[in-house]
Amino acid sequence: MFYRESGQFKKTYAADMAVFPILQDRIGIAIILFVAAVIIPLFGSTFFISSVMIPFLVFSLAAMGLNIVTGYTGLISLGTGAFMGVGAFACYKLTTIFPNVNIIIWILASGFFSAAIGALFGLPSLRIKGFYLAVATLAAQFFLEWCFVRIPWLYNYSASGAIQVPQRTLFDLPITGANATPVTRYLVLLGIVVFLTWIASNILHGRIGRTFMAVRDMDIAAELMGIRLLPAKLMAFALSSFYCGVAGAVMMFLWYGGGEAADAFNIRQSFNILFMVIIGGLGSLIGCYFGAALLSAVPLILKFGFPAMGIAIGSQTAEHINHLFVGSLIIFFLIVEPHGLARLWQIMKQKLRTWPFPY
Amino acid sequence: MKHPLTKTALAAAAFASFAVPSFAQDSIYVPLLTYRTGPFAGSGVHIANGMRDYLEMLNQRDGGIGGVKIVIEECETGYDTKKGVECYESVKGKNPVLIGPYSTGITLQVIPKAAVDKIPVLSMAYGLSASADGTNFPWVFNPPVTYWDGASVFIRHVIQAEKGDLKGKTIGLIHLDAPFGKEPIPVLEALAKEYGFTLKLYPVPAAQMQNQGSQWLAIRRDKVDWIYNQGWGAMNPTAVKEAVKNGFPIDKLVGVWWAGGDDDARAGEAGAKGYKTLNFHNTGADFPVMQDILKHVHEKGLSQAKKEQVGENLYNRGVYNSMLIAEAVRTAQKITGKKAVKGEDVRRGLEALNITEARLKELGMEGFANAVKVACDDHNGHNKVFVSQWDGTKYVKASEWMDPMKSIVRPLIEAEAKDYVSKDAGWPKRTEPCEKG
Repeated sequence: MFYRESGQFKKTYAADMAVFPILQDRIGIAIILFVAAVIIPLFGSTFFISSVMIPFLVFSLAAMGLNIVTGYTGLISLGTGAFMGVGAFACYKLTTIFPNVNIIIWILASGFFSAAIGALFGLPSLRIKGFYLAVATLAAQFFLEWCFVRIPWLYNYSASGAIQVPQRTLFDLPITGANATPVTRYLVLLGIVVFLTWIASNILHGRIGRTFMAVRDMDIAAELMGIRLLPAKLMAFALSSFYCGVAGAVMMFLWYGGGEAADAFNIRQSFNILFMVIIGGLGSLIGCYFGAALLSAVPLILKFGFPAMGIAIGSQTAEHINHLFVGSLIIFFLIVEPHGLARLWQIMKQKLRTWPFPY
Repeated sequence: MKHPLTKTALAAAAFASFAVPSFAQDSIYVPLLTYRTGPFAGSGVHIANGMRDYLEMLNQRDGGIGGVKIVIEECETGYDTKKGVECYESVKGKNPVLIGPYSTGITLQVIPKAAVDKIPVLSMAYGLSASADGTNFPWVFNPPVTYWDGASVFIRHVIQAEKGDLKGKTIGLIHLDAPFGKEPIPVLEALAKEYGFTLKLYPVPAAQMQNQGSQWLAIRRDKVDWIYNQGWGAMNPTAVKEAVKNGFPIDKLVGVWWAGGDDDARAGEAGAKGYKTLNFHNTGADFPVMQDILKHVHEKGLSQAKKEQVGENLYNRGVYNSMLIAEAVRTAQKITGKKAVKGEDVRRGLEALNITEARLKELGMEGFANAVKVACDDHNGHNKVFVSQWDGTKYVKASEWMDPMKSIVRPLIEAEAKDYVSKDAGWPKRTEPCEKG
């Protein structure tokens, strides 16, 4: 009844090709942005912002990275964690070598280092596909993880082997380090994530994105149509790693605030993000947000939410339930809805259009 | 469709805005970050039980500390840094008197936050060695010893066993290939120069903890005389098993205190008899404090541990950790005259911590532990350690209490602390006045 496009006429080609052609969608996006940028910082508790929203945004960004290569281009990657790590270490090295440059510039720039490494490890994708490619990217994960421990130059030779996030400011306001408040860190992160989502949406809806999807659907057909596979696949890996790298940098600088980086970017992280993409929806940007929200929020709700609402649940029981839950969710989605939550969302929108008189 | 949606929305709203439950003013809130799940649960469960049971015993027997009840809350970390930080964020609003991260990774995360949130960090013989420098880390405490002290005591033990001559000997370090495992390297390198032995390193990757075949092959090839094991979790029982299998003299394999789980030694079966580990507290359940725990906690069914686990090495370590917490709170009460102390007070309490032999006797811990003293610039104390040995069923004390080589360790700590602080431009200068113990 309320969600209907009747009466909205498109008068230009631009309007016809818009990402959100329906007015209600645009209003919805505006409301979500308003809630995220104004309501949550004003009314959210510190715990909610620092332990729910910040991880959610970081994982959304990482899931977006993986979705570009796996969901849009159809190349399986198990090296997400390692590519995130490259971003984090690049950002750390850059900001210690050039401390006067604004940290946000370095966070975005660290994506390029990750992109270069990603493209390098994407080279085998021209020859191998499917499981074999998954193993090749797994090699990237192990090799890079080894580098994070074994190359002391990366962590500036500190005895603890940990990254120390120094204090950096934006307009004299600390945005990294212990003195940065969760709200400032959240707002900076939100800005980066929204900006990069906008870029990704434009790339994926344009020529490059269509190239990716053609390669995904049938690479030989794509080649016959004049798409050069090598640049297309490498571009997918580079773009994906760029997003992962930025996600890794914001994870260390805006969420963790330093620590044992090699441990944070291990193989479990890669799988975790893969699960987010599968559950959220392969080949969908909104699916990245759904997947990240579900997989990063559910453990927290089980662990802290239920006790806060008065339902006594031991924290180790919550941990076990969480494992059961994620496992069964993955099986459920693979069988029932391989396109994930994003597809469910689409179905719901379709139903809403015809509600209350479905045909 | 509508009904469950509203429910979900309500649940989400409740979660988003859940008010941090604040405790009554006349209580002491001690959050315990523990791990009863995950790959390290085998060690974590015993420590968690020990920590909890001692504090519960104080509640049951004395009605808390200084008459103020202790509110104990466990938060599951799974030894995972991310979950640990979530735990920290969730407890920090409830006025914790201190935080014990119980993982080096989580400690490293919490260290920069401590000064900002005004919550002291007690990382008992783990965490960042450099944080023993109280001048630069006023909010972090790691008594009774650091890993560097541990490595130096190991060398002291080897010197004793080898009658003072280490020239031409080969000493190996088998360690977890992670920051924790690499900790003893600088001290062992410095000592190798001083005493003229050869140091060989055998790193074990974290993903390969249970597969040490190649490392032990190398140990055999290198004809290593002594091995120091800086391991944790599944790495330790594997190391003991491999040592037995490879015919390495088991009494020359010495583990750091975290490699001293009863289950670690049991893995080697009969061959593990003679395995050594460093320790700063005794094992067994014969001490009055242990009897009190059995009487006030176990007999009332308030413990999650089995009775026969009381007295095991890691259980006792948990008890020791909680004793440090309780004594810090008690010292804080004495200094400030307040009953319900806060984080800032307990920081002063930790700084003035001075547990004498007489005090240990009062606590029912005579012979269980040695005196511990912390000072304003020395947040560790570099207290005494001994070597304990597996006799087939339990660990027994196998050496005197030995002093760490403070002359070697202390300069390293100060240099490392300086380095840490110099890397962080916003690191706050110490403004807290010194506390006299």
